[in-house]
Order: sequence, then C-alpha cells, then structure tokens
Amino acid sequence: MKQQIENLQKKAKEEILSSTTLEKLDEARVKYLGKKGELTLVLRKMGELSPEERPIIGSLVNKVRDELENLISNRLEELRKEELNNKLEKEKIDITLPGIKLKRGSKHPVNRIIEELEDLFVSMGYDVVSGPELETDEYCFERLNLPKGHPARDMQDSFYITTEYLLRTQTSAVQARVMMENEEKTPIRVICPGKTYRRDDDATHSHQFGQIEGLLIDKNISLADLKGTLEVFVKKMLGQNSKLRFRPSYFPFTEPSYEVDVSCFKCGGKGCNLCKQTGWIEILGSGMVHPNVLKMNGYDPEIYSGFAFGTGLDRLAMFKYGITDIRLLYTNDVRFLNQFDRKDEENEIKY
Amino acid sequence: MKLSTNFVKDYVDIDVDVKTLAEDMTRVGNEYDSAGKLINATKLIVGEVKECTMHPDSDHLHVCKVDIGNQILNIVCGAPNVRKGLKVIVAQVGAELPEIKIKKGNIRGVESEGMLCSIAELGLENKFLKEADKNGIHELPQAAEVGEDPIKILELDDEVIDFDLTANRGDLLSILGMAYEIGAIYDKPVKTVEMSYKENDTNINDIFKLDIQTENCTIFLAKKVNNVKIKESPTFIKNRLIASGIRPINNVVDISNYVMLEFGQPLHFYDADTLNGMLAVRMAKEGEKLTTLDNIERTLGEDDIVISDGKRAIGLAGVMGGLDTEIQPSTKNIVIEAAIFNPVKIRYTSKKILRSEASNRFEKGIDSNRTYMAIQRACHLLEKYADAEIVGGLAKYDTTDRTDKKIDITFDNINEILGIDVPQKDVLDVFRRLGFNSNVNGNTITVEVPKRRLDISIKEDLIEEVGRIYGVDNIIGKLPVLPVKPGSYDKTTRSIRNKMVDLGLNETLSYILVNEKEAKEFTNDNIEILKLLDPMTEERNTLRYSVLPSLYKIYEYNIAHNVKDVSIFEIGKGFGKKEDEYIEENKIAVLMSGLYYTEIGNRKQVNFYVIKGVVEELLDYLGYAGRYSLVVKEEIPKEMHPYQSAQISLNNNIIGIIGKVHPAKAKEDVFVFEINLDKLLSKKVGGMKYKEISKYPEIKKDLAILVDKNKTSQEIQTTIKKLGGSLLNNIEIFDVYTGKNIDADKKSMAYSLTFAAKDKTLTDDEVNPIMEKIITGLQKQLGAELRK
Repeated sequence: MKQQIENLQKKAKEEILSSTTLEKLDEARVKYLGKKGELTLVLRKMGELSPEERPIIGSLVNKVRDELENLISNRLEELRKEELNNKLEKEKIDITLPGIKLKRGSKHPVNRIIEELEDLFVSMGYDVVSGPELETDEYCFERLNLPKGHPARDMQDSFYITTEYLLRTQTSAVQARVMMENEEKTPIRVICPGKTYRRDDDATHSHQFGQIEGLLIDKNISLADLKGTLEVFVKKMLGQNSKLRFRPSYFPFTEPSYEVDVSCFKCGGKGCNLCKQTGWIEILGSGMVHPNVLKMNGYDPEIYSGFAFGTGLDRLAMFKYGITDIRLLYTNDVRFLNQFDRKDEENEIKY
Repeated sequence: MKLSTNFVKDYVDIDVDVKTLAEDMTRVGNEYDSAGKLINATKLIVGEVKECTMHPDSDHLHVCKVDIGNQILNIVCGAPNVRKGLKVIVAQVGAELPEIKIKKGNIRGVESEGMLCSIAELGLENKFLKEADKNGIHELPQAAEVGEDPIKILELDDEVIDFDLTANRGDLLSILGMAYEIGAIYDKPVKTVEMSYKENDTNINDIFKLDIQTENCTIFLAKKVNNVKIKESPTFIKNRLIASGIRPINNVVDISNYVMLEFGQPLHFYDADTLNGMLAVRMAKEGEKLTTLDNIERTLGEDDIVISDGKRAIGLAGVMGGLDTEIQPSTKNIVIEAAIFNPVKIRYTSKKILRSEASNRFEKGIDSNRTYMAIQRACHLLEKYADAEIVGGLAKYDTTDRTDKKIDITFDNINEILGIDVPQKDVLDVFRRLGFNSNVNGNTITVEVPKRRLDISIKEDLIEEVGRIYGVDNIIGKLPVLPVKPGSYDKTTRSIRNKMVDLGLNETLSYILVNEKEAKEFTNDNIEILKLLDPMTEERNTLRYSVLPSLYKIYEYNIAHNVKDVSIFEIGKGFGKKEDEYIEENKIAVLMSGLYYTEIGNRKQVNFYVIKGVVEELLDYLGYAGRYSLVVKEEIPKEMHPYQSAQISLNNNIIGIIGKVHPAKAKEDVFVFEINLDKLLSKKVGGMKYKEISKYPEIKKDLAILVDKNKTSQEIQTTIKKLGGSLLNNIEIFDVYTGKNIDADKKSMAYSLTFAAKDKTLTDDEVNPIMEKIITGLQKQLGAELRK
C-alpha cells in the first residue's frame, strides 16, 4: 500500500509539473485529488488496513495530498502568469515610433533677451518701464540736450510723421519721460527695453531695431558705479570671462560719455573676423547723465547725479545665439523661430 | 577726417607707428576706420630701362632689360610709353600691390621677372591721377637713382589714419587740433605755424567794402592779394591733399584747401576782378536763383545764407561758391574770404545741396581765432608759392568773443563723478598737457580753456578730459550702494506671452512699417492712418494700425519658402489718429494655418474652432471666463470670410476680431484673431478664490435634440440653462450632426447635463422632472424635437 501511494505521488507530481495549460492542470487535479480521484480512492481503501497500519498510511496520504495541492496551486500561479505574459506579448508595440507632436511654441530671440535682462535688473531693484514709440521731438531729442539743428542728430536720421512727431530713434526718450513724470523728483532706477526706428537699412542695420536703456539717478553716483553695473550686465549676457573696455566718446545726453567694448567672445581677444581683428566688440553706449538733461527734466544736478546706458538688443541676440544676419530676426521664418523653443543654459550671476 | 601723419608731424614731434597712434587716439575717444600706409605696396624699387624691344609674339608688348642696381631684370611691359632710358617703378617678384601679387611669369613665351608700374597700380584713386598717369607707367624724374625706394622719391611715403570723429570735436577737423590732441597724449608741445608775409602800401579798406546784413554770419574777414601766378603746387602740398582725400587742382586752389586742413577754417577765394568791389552777406530771397560752381542752377529759400557782391548772389555761404566768381587759370587778383556762419543754417542748406569738407567744418563750429590765423597763413603761402603781392590791411566784421573760457572746478567734483581719487598733481598734469592754464586756490582749480575747444563749457566737460587723458582703465567698477527695493516689470504681458507659447505658437517680431494698402486691412475701424513724411520705400511708408497685416506678410513669406504649418503670434503696437489724438495701442495678434499638432494617424488641421479655442484659453487664463462671446455686430472686414468671422465682445464692448481669412486673399485656410490688449486689460478681474467642491455625487443626463439649422449653440445653451434652474451645474455639448437620416434644414445637437446639489445627494425623482421641463421648454421655445 505504501508502495502504491508513493508510485501515485511520483506519477501525479510529474503530471502536474508537466501540464502546460490550465485545462491540463485541472485534469490532473481531478484525476488525483477529485472525488473519484486516485488518491481519494486510496483513502477509501483505508478501512481494509490493520489498525497498526492505518495511522501510518493515513498520515502518509495526508502528506502526499498536501504536497500535491501545493504543487497544483504553484503550477496554477505559474501558468496564469505565463498566460498573461502571452497575452501582453501580443500587445507589443514599436517603441521607436515618434511620440505625439505636442506643438511647442517659442519666444522670439529678441524677447528672450529682453526677459533675461528684465530679470537681471529687477533683481537689482530696477523697475522696467516703457514709453511711446510714436514720440515727440521734444522727448526724443530736445529734453536730451539735442536741440534742433544739432549735428549729433545726424547719427539718428529719423522717420517723422509731422514736424513734431516721429518714431523714436532711441529708447533714451523714455529717460526724459521717467524724470518728468516723477513729480517728487525722487531717485530713479529703471530700464526700458523697446523698439526704435532709424532711416537706415543694410546688411548690418535694420530700420527697426530693439534697444534697451538703463537710467539710475541718486545721490553720489559715480562712473565707478556705472562700470560695476555694466560689468554685471555684460558678464551675464556674454559670459563670465568677458572683459570690458571703456572708450571716451560723445553723446549729447551724457557727460562724460563712454562707448563700451567687450573682449571678443569668439576669439577671446586674439583677433578674428567677428571683431575685425581688434579683439574688441563695441557693445554699449553709456555715460554720466548730462547736468543739462537733469536740469531740463527737473532734477538739481548739485544734489543728484546718475548714469545712463543703452545697447542694441538685436545685436545681443545675434551674439548670444550665433545669428549672423540681422534680417533673420525680422523675416520670422518658422524654421528659424522653432529653434528657440528650449530653456537657456543657466549663467550664474556673480556680483 | 583723414589724417596725414607727415602733415601733423610738422606741428608735433612724435615717433610712433601709425597703428599705435590710431589705438592711442581711440583710447582717448577718437575712433578710426582704418590706419596704414598711403601707398600699400611692397618690394618696389627704382629701375632704369636699358633695352626695350618689341615682343616677338605681340604687336603692343615690349620686352625690357631693367637695371635695378644689383641685377638686370627681364620684364615684359604693355605700356605705350615704355622706352629705353626711362626711370621706372619696378615691382619685383614677390611684391604685393593693392590689387595684384607679382609672380615670375611667362608672357607669350618670354620670361618676365616683375612689373613696371603706373601710379594707379600703387593704389591711388583715379581722381588723384594726372592725365599722363592714366595711360601708362609712371615716368620718374631722371635724377631718381637706380635701387632707391620710388615711394620716397614720389614723396608718397605717408601714413594715413581715417578717423570717425564724434560730433562734438569740430576742433579735430584740423591738423592743428590733431596736433594738440596727440601732443596731450604723448606730452609734446605744439609748434608754431609760419604766418609772416609782406604787404604793399594799399589798404583793402580803401578799395573794398563788406556789408554783413545777417546775424547768421558772426565774423567775416577779407584780404586781397594781387598778381598771383597760377601753376602746379609743390609736391608736398599736392601729396598732403591727396593723403587727406582732396584732389589737387592748382597752387591757389590747393592753398585754400591746405589752410582749411591746417586750421579747420574753410576759406573761399574769389576772382577779385569779377567782384563789384564789395562782398555782402544776407539771407536769400525766396525763389532766388544761383548757379553754383558745379554748373547747376539752384533755387534758394529764406533759410539759405548767400554771399553777394551787392548786385547778385555769388555764393552759397559755407557750402559752395558761385560759378561766375570762381578762380580761373587766368585769374590774377584774389579776394580771400574767411568767415563763420550759423552752423544750423549751414547744416540745413548743405543737407539740401551738398555735404562738403567746408560745410562739415562750419556745422561743427569754428574758433574765430582760427579765422584770423587762416587768412594770414593763406597770405603767407600765396606769397611763397604763388608769387602773390599782398594788399595791406584787413576788411573785417567780427562780433565774436575770442577770449578763453574760465571754468572753476574742485578736486572733489572730479573724484565724485569719476569714483576714484585722482592725485591732484595728475589732474593738473592733464590740464597742462591739454594746453589749458590752471590756477589752484584751495580746493578749487580755475581752468582756462582755449577757445579752440568749443566742446568744453561746463565742469563735467573738464571731468571728461581728466578721465580721458588720465585713463578710464584706472577706475575700478563697483555696484552702487543703494537701498534695497523690489524691482517690477509688466507681468501681464509676460504671462500672455508664456500662455501663447504654451499653446504651441511661435512668437514673431515684425516691422511696424507697412504699405498704405496693408495699413487699411483687417479692420473697419474709423481711423486715420499715419504716413511717414520721408519714407525709405513705398513698401514701408505707413504705420500699421492692426498687427494682422504684419503677421499675414510673415505667413506669405513662410508659404513662399514652403513652410505650411504656421501658428504665430505677436504682441505689438498699432498706430493711428482718431479725433485729432494720436493713438498707440497694444495688441495681440494670432495667425494659424496648416497642421496644429500631429501624431501618427491623427493630424489636426487648424480650423475655426482651433483658433477660437486659443482665444478662449487666453481669455479664461486672464480671468475673463464667462464674460466674453463672439458676436457679429459690425461689418466684417473685407479681408475676412463673411460667414466664418466675428467680433470678440467682452462685457458688451468689442475688443477684437476673429475668423478665417477670405479665400479670395488666402488660397489655403488661414485663421486669425486680434485683441486690443489695452481695451481688454482695462476690464478688471477679481482675485483667484477657491470654490467649495460638492461632497455629494452628481447626476449626468444626456439630451439629444433636432433643431433648425440656423439655431446657434449659444441660443440652445442659454435656454437649457434658464430652464434647468439652480441644480443644473454644467452643460456640455458633445456632438453636432447633420446629414444622413436628418432633414436638410435640421441639425442634431447632443448635450451632457450635470445636476448636483450642495447640501444633499440628488435622486432621479428630483432630476427627472427638471429634464421634462427642459425638453418641453426647448420644444416650445425653439421648436426642438427630442431624439430618441
């Protein structure tokens, strides 16, 4: 009897483990453990055994039954997994096909530069202000120490719509507005980015272009303050290794006036075609606010001093993104615009 | 201003190369465009043609044996004037000329070891060439020695810096002004100018009169010289004029230009025998005619200053002389004019007629001391180089102040503005080098600024001088120490830009100048458009009122470049005039065409509802949800589809337009909208506040109805909303159907209605009667029919 049980156990084990489908496994379960199953039948024959043998065989049968039940449930688990896997395998997709093209928009490179500059100067306590693009001769020139007939007006050939109104040639026009509108004549710290217009159109000039103007008026402001501020500005925009060179120059609304060159970021100052072999690139105009400008706009030059600076936004964008032709900024080819759809690399500001 | 370094070295001793000089001038504020040799050619040598025979295989080439001292070269030459015994300029093998590099060559079978040169080949412009030099090689004087440097013999060994000067430094438009500036840099004194001459016994004031009738002339001096011999100028005068960019004519004309270059004071020479014994200065009469020396008849106006001889206008003051009184080869007697005119008037006239060397100097301003010096210097040179006899006395009209300016400044003033401590001795040293006298009294310096520095009038100007000469590089940058305060910027515009980018649109930057036709497009607003007085082109002569014409131009550019999927936006300004007021309004414009997004098997083409979705997304984001709608209250602009366009209305104010571009204009489907941001943002929105979410479940009911085709979705929704009462929380349309199984004049609309109560769980028993009411109401009010 014992032998018979052990044979049964061996046979059942093989059958369970070799069943490859849920149906086969169930057949095996019924065959051995079902009501009429072989092991069940053995149990039924227990009555024929001697009282001594009965407990021994009984416990053996129970052990075998437990073992087989265990095997069946394990095998069942395995087969179910397999079945699910087979089903999933049929759902296999080509993961190399492209994802959905969620359309990504982009900001115009010049506006990216404006936002970057706004963030920088706002962090230094400046307010961003704006003024009209259709400006009066008074604010564009006269209040900036450029009376009619002044030879420096030649630098800025203008688009007039009447003898008094013109498209502003410089964001400096906003300087006078900010000073005039501040009735308490308190200190001023502003930048003004915007569009400007001059009668000038060639490969390097566009009749419409972006400028940003900075104006700071307070007590005891010196050229050293201007220099320090512009160093932060240029390093943020064109790289921490940039060096600045101040060259005396002339603007009617500042005195002293300086043009600012930055060491060529392409060749590092060795000389290349971008910097015309000089190692320097002219980037900014700046200076200490002319006392006449302060006076004309209601500030006492004996109490207040200040600095102002201005630069071309289009050129900054061209330098930063390696754009070689200014016209690309204004033709707005979608293939061009699409390239400005990612974040800028962070450029850590070091004060 | 082209500076001949040979010329300036007459007045200041310097020994620096031209590049260093140019860079050092740049550091003190005088930029340059170019700096280098006047003749930019290497390996040139004087040679003598020893033999000259015809080339065996040519009817015009010659084969020459040319002695250059240490060897005889075989050179093939095509010039007609080449001949035996000529002294010539030889460019040896390896020589680099402005246009050509000389190599050993073989010309029709004959070896050639160099080139015989013309002056043109050395790089001199055609206008500086004599007739003989235009047609052949240059013939050097026989005295030239073989083996020498021909450039030295021609006295063309000059170096030139082309300065791009700032508008305030009129004083640098002269060799003397340059000498003072260079002297200040290198701490060298400026030498005196030779101005002596003999006068005859006559006095000009006895034979010649001045009549200055306008305050636009502040000084007018005249001298007379007799019996001039007109001939070619000495070489140094010619070459210095050439180096300065001025064409030599004859000794007399050249001297007037030479003196202008030296002093920055333009002179005018009249043929004295064509004058009427006098010179007058007055404003021109309106419509007055004058033939200038370029033989063009000019019509003048009341703002032009003219010189007259009492009878007629004979010159445009400061700009151009008249034809009738010009110096001729036969001229014997000359009247010299040295005067200063109102810079603003000269600028006005010269802009109309001609910008010349003279007008440029008058515009920038001239020191009247120079007027006296220039007229004396001219007499000196005319006596020396034109054998002139100088008539005694000076005809003079002078209202100018010729004394030096005195400016008080303190050391503190200087240091406060520059932001460094410049040692006192260095400050005084700067003034000394500039040629300014200074007296120190305590902390105050009284600086005497010579009249020639017209650009200096206040202490800030002196501070600039200190900064310039002392060196700005000595100033260490720092950040201003100021109270900390938060900065601010226009966050709304930036939010709008971010939102549009999130929606997948590309931002553009377009020109605001368009043509007149475009400026009237995409709007029916009653606006006067603004035109430029002096446009560059007809294509850009008008300020745009709507931003859409700019965007449409960009669309056309892209289509022309085969880019068909265009979804762009711009935040920009529109201009115009309304009821005598200029308006300048901020607008956002959007244009969409082609595919909006794609995935495999699903390509979303832009249609009206896509762009309407963008409008809704934007306005909802800005807080205007529920306050706007599309209406057709006004005429649709003719560039737009009459049945797929509308106005955007916010609180019953029209703030923009939306729709399809008219198929007559755009071949493909193009959709646009524009919103006036100033109008939009003037409508306030409340803050963002949390609304409680109901804890009780909602009940959703679907409703499909058949309605007349012309009923709008908005009408149906409004009706449902009214009928639904307070428990109806939300209505959403999920299907619109026309076609099969539906009458041609009907459409099927399917809505999903959501019911919920704030304080309890709703049951069907409560919702069903409301649904009944809605259905009956729709039937009665809109003639709707329930679809089963």
